Amino acid sequence: MDTTEFLIKLILVISVFGISLLIAMYSTYAERKVAAFLQDRLGPNRAGPFGILQPVADGVKMFMKEEIIPANADKFLFIAGPSLMMLTACMTGVVIPWGGELTIGRNTFNLQITDVNIGLLYIFGVVSIGVYGIMIGAWASNNKYSLMGGLRASSQMISYELAMGISIIALVMTTGTLSTKEIVEQQSSWHWNILYQPLGFLIFLVCAFAETNRTPFDLPECETELIGGFHTEYSSMKLGFYLFAEYINMFISSAILATLYFGGYNFPFIESWGLSPNAVTIIGTLLFFGKIFFFIFFFMWVRWTIPRFRYDQLMNLGWKVMIPLALFNLFITGIITLWRNGAF
Amino acid sequence: MTLTVFYLLSALSVFSGLMVVLSRKAVHSVLYLVFCFFTIAGHYLMLNAQFLAAVHVIVYAGAIMVLFLFVIMMLNLNLAAEAQKTPWIKISAVILSGLMLLVLVASVKGAEELSAAQPQNDIGLVKNIGNILFDKYLLPFELISLLLLSAMVGAVLMGRKEPQPQNE
Amino acid sequence: MLQEIGTTGQGDLIINVGPQHPSTHGVLHLVITLNGETVKKVEPHLGYIHRSIEKMCESLTYRQFIYSTSRMDYLSSHINNHGCALCVEKGLQLEIPERAKVIRVLMDELTRMASHCLWWGALAMDVGAITPFFHAFREREMLNDLMEETCGARLTMNYMVPGGVMFDLHPNFQKRVHEFIKLFKSKIDEYDELVTFNPIFIQRMKGIGFLSKEEAISYGCSGPTARASGVQCDIRKLYPYEVYDKVQFDEIIETDGDCYARYLVRMKELKQSLSIVEQLIDNIPEGDFQAKTKAVLKLPKGEFYTRVETARGEFGVYIVSEGGTTPYRIKFRSPGFSNLSALDHMTRGQKIGDLVAIMGTLDLVIPDIDR
Repeated sequence: MDTTEFLIKLILVISVFGISLLIAMYSTYAERKVAAFLQDRLGPNRAGPFGILQPVADGVKMFMKEEIIPANADKFLFIAGPSLMMLTACMTGVVIPWGGELTIGRNTFNLQITDVNIGLLYIFGVVSIGVYGIMIGAWASNNKYSLMGGLRASSQMISYELAMGISIIALVMTTGTLSTKEIVEQQSSWHWNILYQPLGFLIFLVCAFAETNRTPFDLPECETELIGGFHTEYSSMKLGFYLFAEYINMFISSAILATLYFGGYNFPFIESWGLSPNAVTIIGTLLFFGKIFFFIFFFMWVRWTIPRFRYDQLMNLGWKVMIPLALFNLFITGIITLWRNGAF
Repeated sequence: MTLTVFYLLSALSVFSGLMVVLSRKAVHSVLYLVFCFFTIAGHYLMLNAQFLAAVHVIVYAGAIMVLFLFVIMMLNLNLAAEAQKTPWIKISAVILSGLMLLVLVASVKGAEELSAAQPQNDIGLVKNIGNILFDKYLLPFELISLLLLSAMVGAVLMGRKEPQPQNE
Repeated sequence: MLQEIGTTGQGDLIINVGPQHPSTHGVLHLVITLNGETVKKVEPHLGYIHRSIEKMCESLTYRQFIYSTSRMDYLSSHINNHGCALCVEKGLQLEIPERAKVIRVLMDELTRMASHCLWWGALAMDVGAITPFFHAFREREMLNDLMEETCGARLTMNYMVPGGVMFDLHPNFQKRVHEFIKLFKSKIDEYDELVTFNPIFIQRMKGIGFLSKEEAISYGCSGPTARASGVQCDIRKLYPYEVYDKVQFDEIIETDGDCYARYLVRMKELKQSLSIVEQLIDNIPEGDFQAKTKAVLKLPKGEFYTRVETARGEFGVYIVSEGGTTPYRIKFRSPGFSNLSALDHMTRGQKIGDLVAIMGTLDLVIPDIDR
């Protein structure tokens, strides 16, 4: 690995990290503005013009709050919980192809940090260990509400991971690759996977809601039953990490949804505009972010509209509806793939 | 470079493996075990077996150990419960693990020459593993799925035994 | 770490819900025994907001004690005041002017709507939807504004006094009520769209917290809680006071006895209240708003009991008089207390989420329970 390549990768890593944090930060602002819009209110409008500095003010507030570690808490794990949550939230961005190729001078480089050939499995692995942050924090708090929140989180995540995995397998059967880059490239123009895998998309979307603990699946932290769920005992920036990680997760889930099912940085007819390759890449990246923002808005829209499930209803939905549906989808996909390959 | 990483990973896995046994709290043991699995996944990566590494993390660290943690958190294990072991159980545990060690040492001793004679190192990639699994080892692979199915049915059967009147 | 957790020794978990908990809507303290997610037992602990209002009333005159009743069920303070005023008037054998009667009924029904609005928003929030709360408060705000104009207060009204009402209606009152009726008619449909027909909401409500007719009677439930179990208990119909026998409205009865039935009863009551207000708002008779009374009221020796229908159920006022200027003994029958007593029965075997939903449909106001 030569120095230029290393530098480019470094810049990419830092910018993806920075953009994730920035978007997560402004997702909190957007969430409050969207909620205000849906609830006939104004939302934050004091800090800066249109309240644009509100996330900064929130961050400062979080840092200034008193740090409370409960007397009987497991100190190390109590701190490790939110750190792990943040870590896993930031790790997924590595394999997402943020754009095509840019050519500057003689160097051509990819707007993706690394294109591993098991990209999808990597995402899945990171998602599956994401639950540890919640469980460790919940257990270390030594609080019954936290513990119940942690138990709910773990069983919910495991249940929905299955359906999510099966829906991804169906997707992999149509694309024939586990690399995110190749999946995006196959969806050039209008060949988006949503057209080939509508049911799989639906299942994946529902599971994404469950994995990010958003309404209607926000049972691990639902405030009317468990006060704060797994983060009941947390205060200051450690609480901030949990809340912030949720927004990063939402951003990353939206990015994955856009990548896998909505063509990533592809857009119909973009090649017929007769633009230079660099311009196409930049527009593609911008459009990709547009898709991501749409999904983030969708997450918020749902959250502020519908009530949450009950715990057993959530489990029933996961095991008795989502998994059979995902299996059915897998079956149908298999049959169609065979038929297209001339097996019948 | 590779050798340093290997030794570091090995040291970490041995350390975390020991800590699994030595930790006083069950939850700590489980977390060390999770960590141990990660170091083993690291070993897989060093052998260029990316698929195995990812699956190892997803299945063991991401699913099975979460269930372990779940059960331990549920069962409310504490220090008091640990002290109630009779000497017989301890002695038999020592004997059994000694035998296990013997088997392991024997198998590793036999396998040493074999691993040195395997030059191809892309066996762990998805495509190769898939080809081997669904071609050469198709029958054992399918049989294992049957075994898992029967285990699952058994688990469901055992789970149903307990009557729960309050759930109607 | 976890050996300190309160357990029953059979794998059950004992959890304190409250007195500081987001879904108890006040300082209610529930000790619940859980088996996993299933509730085995609920034990309400009361007294965190006990202010001994009944005892205090014994040293207040018949004009003064009414004000402390606004602090009981603060969401239907008009109706509490109304019940007390009625009881004093019964003792005095005082006939109040027709105009005062109509104003009282109007205020009662507007209060009922405001209270049901708040309940609707809070229930939706209990089951996880936050937006309805703000929508409900938006409409309730209009009611608060128009009451503020007439009564001078937004929560603890103290508007009904023995002999009638304290002030005459504000000149804007009729206009603003008309505006409210027009707006609220469209909003009720919006409420239905947003919550009533939401599949998740129906799933959370249907078949949960069942209370049979017999049980409702034996627990002494009243108001929408009992009517959802098929008990006819609307005081406005059974023992009409003021002008309730002259207006057209239905007593809403549902027979399912579950959370959804309780929900529907209240939603339909909103429409009934709206229709009562509609019938009366253009027919307020001219005349005095207050009967002539002595400056110091003295009730004859004896016992007097009146009841009114608040937004939560039957509110009874029982006064024992020795003939002096203050009551010898006073007792309030608050609807919330009896309704809460059925909570344990309704929640057994349900999930924690159901406990919250059931508490939401009981429409508890804790100061009303504790007094």
